[in-house]
Amino acid sequence: MKEVDARGLSCPEPLMLTAEALKGASGPVKILVTEPYQKMNVEKYARDHGKKSTASEKDGYFEVVIE
Amino acid sequence: MNLSDSKKKLALAGVICGLVAACLAFMGNPANMAFCIACFIRDTAGALGMHQAEVVQYARPEIIGLVLGAFIISIATKEYRSTGGSSPMVRFVLGMIIVIGSLVFLGCPLRMVIRMSAGDLNAWVALIGFILGVATGVFALKKGFSLGRAHAVNKVGGTMFPVIMVGILIMAMIPSLLKASEAGPGSMHAPIIASLVCGLVFGAVAQKSRMCFAGSIRDIILMKNFDLFSVIAGLFVVMLVFNLATSRFVLGFNTPGIIAHSDHLWNILGMYTVGFAATLAGGCPLRQLILAGQGSSDSAVTVMGMFVGAALCHNLGLAASGTAMNAETQEVVAGAVPPHGKVACIICIIVCFVIAFTSKRDENKN
Repeated sequence: MKEVDARGLSCPEPLMLTAEALKGASGPVKILVTEPYQKMNVEKYARDHGKKSTASEKDGYFEVVIE
Repeated sequence: MNLSDSKKKLALAGVICGLVAACLAFMGNPANMAFCIACFIRDTAGALGMHQAEVVQYARPEIIGLVLGAFIISIATKEYRSTGGSSPMVRFVLGMIIVIGSLVFLGCPLRMVIRMSAGDLNAWVALIGFILGVATGVFALKKGFSLGRAHAVNKVGGTMFPVIMVGILIMAMIPSLLKASEAGPGSMHAPIIASLVCGLVFGAVAQKSRMCFAGSIRDIILMKNFDLFSVIAGLFVVMLVFNLATSRFVLGFNTPGIIAHSDHLWNILGMYTVGFAATLAGGCPLRQLILAGQGSSDSAVTVMGMFVGAALCHNLGLAASGTAMNAETQEVVAGAVPPHGKVACIICIIVCFVIAFTSKRDENKN
């Protein structure tokens, strides 16, 4: 699974990296972010682009899998 | 509670913040200043004796309330994170640049929107510069600009800035300890409790809605996303209605008494500087205060840079003057940007370019 580690990066870098990863992806993409609002942004980005996402909280960060 | 998952909720957040700003203007804050982050940081820096401009010294409870509102709501909704370590000194310099640009224009992006809603055409001119500045920042982001990763730090680290704000509030309660203007914009303010409560509400709503003036333009340019713009639109509409209803709406340039100037090139360049630096720093002055409240030491350092930048503006004569009426001759005296301010603004733009195109995202090192 393609993984984007956007932990600790400032806005809008997590979304830019997400968009970039989704462009060339054929399967699910895993996005790692630190802040709750970044997790929401990534989920919303997936929703706006007709994709399903599942988020889970890990130790100090969030993992969002976009399918 | 999530205010950022639909445009309607975001617009509602903007309406609430607009009402708060309107209340503050109604209760005594300078009319088209209402709630200006750069001006209020400058006033607070003056109250602490960081500069000696007697007309702009007052510990603004709104700034304290903003930070504490964001701090309290982020803890209550489990969004508080103590983080730091993402190029702190670059952020400090960006904070200085943001406030220098703001005081060349005479207002932060929040006040630019408030001035626009009051019919001040200078602010509409400055909007051009702001959009171009954000666009330049977006260009740098597309070329790989990054200030690097922030990391989790000791929990106490994130509380330091809110604690400093409480300290300033306590000092403001002690008679004659802090400086307070007896004339000029610093002397015009709503009652302390009202200012503090308004700041708390504004801070909480801004935290939940991710309100950001640079971010709203950035998201439109970068992703054609109008979510954050809805907040700004909500705030603008409320302030427009308030200004029209209370006869505060004056359409024109060179209007005396509204703390603005009609030096068009420098209105544009001032806000260009702010838009550029704020995009590089990851948010406008308001957003920096909110992030500092929710535990980001990096944003706290940016705000400290804003305090120092504000003090420098008045110690070195960089800040612009507003158009005013000569009380004796009844002639309009046009406001202007002093030569030192123009030089400082150009230096700030050059520094922004250097930062923007030398700080690259490095997947291996970051």
